[in-house]
Amino acid sequence: MQKKLLLGDEAIALGAIDAGLSGVYAYPGTPSTEITEFIQNNLVAKERGIHSRWCTNEKTAMEAALGMSYCGKRALVCMKHVGMNVCADAFVNSAITGVKGGLVVLAADDPSMHSSQNEQDSRFYAKFAMVPVFEPGSQQEAYDMVADAFELSERLKEPVLFRVVTRLAHSRAAVQVHEPVSENALDVSQDSWVLLPAMARKKYAALIEKQPLMEKAAEESMYNRMESGSGSIGIVACGIAYNYVKEVLGDEAKVLKISQYPLPAGQIRKLASESDAILVVEDGQPVVEEQLAALLGAGYPVKGRLTGDLPRTGELTPDCVAAALGKPSGPAFDNAKNLVGRPPQLCQGCGHRDVYTALNKVLSEYPDYRIFGDIGCYTLGALPPFRALSSCVDMGASITMAKGAADSGFFPAVAVIGDSTFTHSGMTGLLDAVNDGSNITVVISDNLTTGMTGGQDSAGTSRYEAICVGLGVEPGHVRVVVPLPQNMEEITRILREEIAYEGVSVVIPRRECVQVAARHARERKATQEKADRK
Amino acid sequence: MKKDIILCGVGGQGILSIATIIGQAATEAGINLKQAEVHGMSQRGGDVQSNLRLSTETIWSDLIPQGGADLVISMEPMEALRYLPYLAKDGTVVTGSKAFINIPNYPDEAALMEEIDSLPSSVKFDIDAIAKDAGNARGANMVLLGMAAPFLEILSVEQLRKAVAVVFARKGESVVEANLKAFDKGVEASRS
Repeated sequence: MQKKLLLGDEAIALGAIDAGLSGVYAYPGTPSTEITEFIQNNLVAKERGIHSRWCTNEKTAMEAALGMSYCGKRALVCMKHVGMNVCADAFVNSAITGVKGGLVVLAADDPSMHSSQNEQDSRFYAKFAMVPVFEPGSQQEAYDMVADAFELSERLKEPVLFRVVTRLAHSRAAVQVHEPVSENALDVSQDSWVLLPAMARKKYAALIEKQPLMEKAAEESMYNRMESGSGSIGIVACGIAYNYVKEVLGDEAKVLKISQYPLPAGQIRKLASESDAILVVEDGQPVVEEQLAALLGAGYPVKGRLTGDLPRTGELTPDCVAAALGKPSGPAFDNAKNLVGRPPQLCQGCGHRDVYTALNKVLSEYPDYRIFGDIGCYTLGALPPFRALSSCVDMGASITMAKGAADSGFFPAVAVIGDSTFTHSGMTGLLDAVNDGSNITVVISDNLTTGMTGGQDSAGTSRYEAICVGLGVEPGHVRVVVPLPQNMEEITRILREEIAYEGVSVVIPRRECVQVAARHARERKATQEKADRK
Repeated sequence: MKKDIILCGVGGQGILSIATIIGQAATEAGINLKQAEVHGMSQRGGDVQSNLRLSTETIWSDLIPQGGADLVISMEPMEALRYLPYLAKDGTVVTGSKAFINIPNYPDEAALMEEIDSLPSSVKFDIDAIAKDAGNARGANMVLLGMAAPFLEILSVEQLRKAVAVVFARKGESVVEANLKAFDKGVEASRS
């Protein structure tokens, strides 16, 4: 046994490796990225040849993991919460097919939207797909739980959702770890996962039949436990919410900690019978609070985010939990007087800056214009000094929204999308635009990496022109420029030409992300120094 | 004994390195630790912070309650003030004094300094200048750590110094030496 200081994400990664993982499949997304990165750099994972290359998007990740599970091996899929929307088709249907090798689907939720466009709660997806959820309350629990999640997945032959929130994913603590167990052997026994209606109906009935087993597992889970404290209010605390309750009440807390779902109805009824009311403390949306109202009947008082006892939005804090428990935090200083916001911004020297400078210059020549944006560093082009974007919705929406605007008669409609976002979800939209002959200009701002999440490999690097031409964009209207201030005249000329062209045109400004370029330079220097020493 | 610390600055100033070193020292000393970091979009030149909790007892919350931080350690004066509601009434602010101005509406610097000086307990130095004097222009974060070291109490200055050496060891002896020098200059300034 050895103690290591690990981020929640790293604890999950190591927990998976030590539980006999054979492959992680993921697309980078804050706050989940560090899980896959840890596995990519782990020695045991390298020795064992555990799959860890980034996938093109969350759907391809989920499906590949399902294929690995079909062959009996343990697979992990990792994504940020909105990635669940992208892989939802595969995820929901994997509950119908069932699994063979343990399949753990990790969703990292981001309440307070630290790096996201919404704060959807992934536990809804598990309820929708009718599969169990694990929600660790600490880094140690995160490490330990991964093995239990794989075991439960194999015992029930169902995928298991593993839900964390930013505050656990990106917080470090000491974790006791053990030696890794062996991987599962390849199991090529013939299983039919063909979801034709007649077969899907049987499989769906089987999933329904497994529900009591899932409930029993949660009822008996070591992760769901009651602590008999004092007071008339019973507290249901989910995942890391338990820590805030303990921070405020210590041993006085009469609390049922929940870290495994479906809800342990028996334990909840017991707590309710011993209390006058229940306060639900959960990070994210009021998933449990809603279910408790149904479980305990309309007459039983259930408090939480819906009743205003806790804030309706945003991540939990020790302060808001303390207030809900009637024990507000101690005296504090007021907000400072000499203080203003410091929003994030594009790095100095970043190529996206030159792209927006050029676009603003060219488009200001038109009486009216719209630039539809997308998800990545370049979304910061919406903020001063550029104020260039009219929208940023979901991965790939820049192209399809520009297309819809053009279809409605608007001109000029321009899309700005990053290289990694384009291969994630932009290609299919571009094909629609080509087939419709939509009058749009798509700017694929190619920095040769997935920048926002810290510079992971981008799936289509060096193939963007070929992809666009392959999808049917006229080769003469796929133009590449180098976004640098000294090239401004050429960039603006090409943008003018392609916006004027009636049809689908693609402009690819290409220059490596300055952060990644700096990292590459450091790596080259280190390699050189190593060689020099030899 | 416990020490709750908010480390803060602007993305890219190196506060996570400070956190890593304190974490290393705490682990070595067998002290419990929880450290919440900021990754992702907020790192791009915006304000960043890390909640660092050290204790000989069990630590529950990853976040420090308002009015609970014993120390605010900041690379930059305005960022130090951002977390004022989290500072304990008897807590201390340790901050670099040179403004990092990457926004058009940065507040009046004299008023800012006055507000910091009006706090019950604060220490501020030009950590960039000290780092430069120590021959390590990129070591301002280590100067800051040195400045804060005497206030950490739960860890000794020597324990922190040792952790600086351990964390930078893989980058070679010259990097270790440069960072130790910056650290020592910070300790010296704080004690002067």
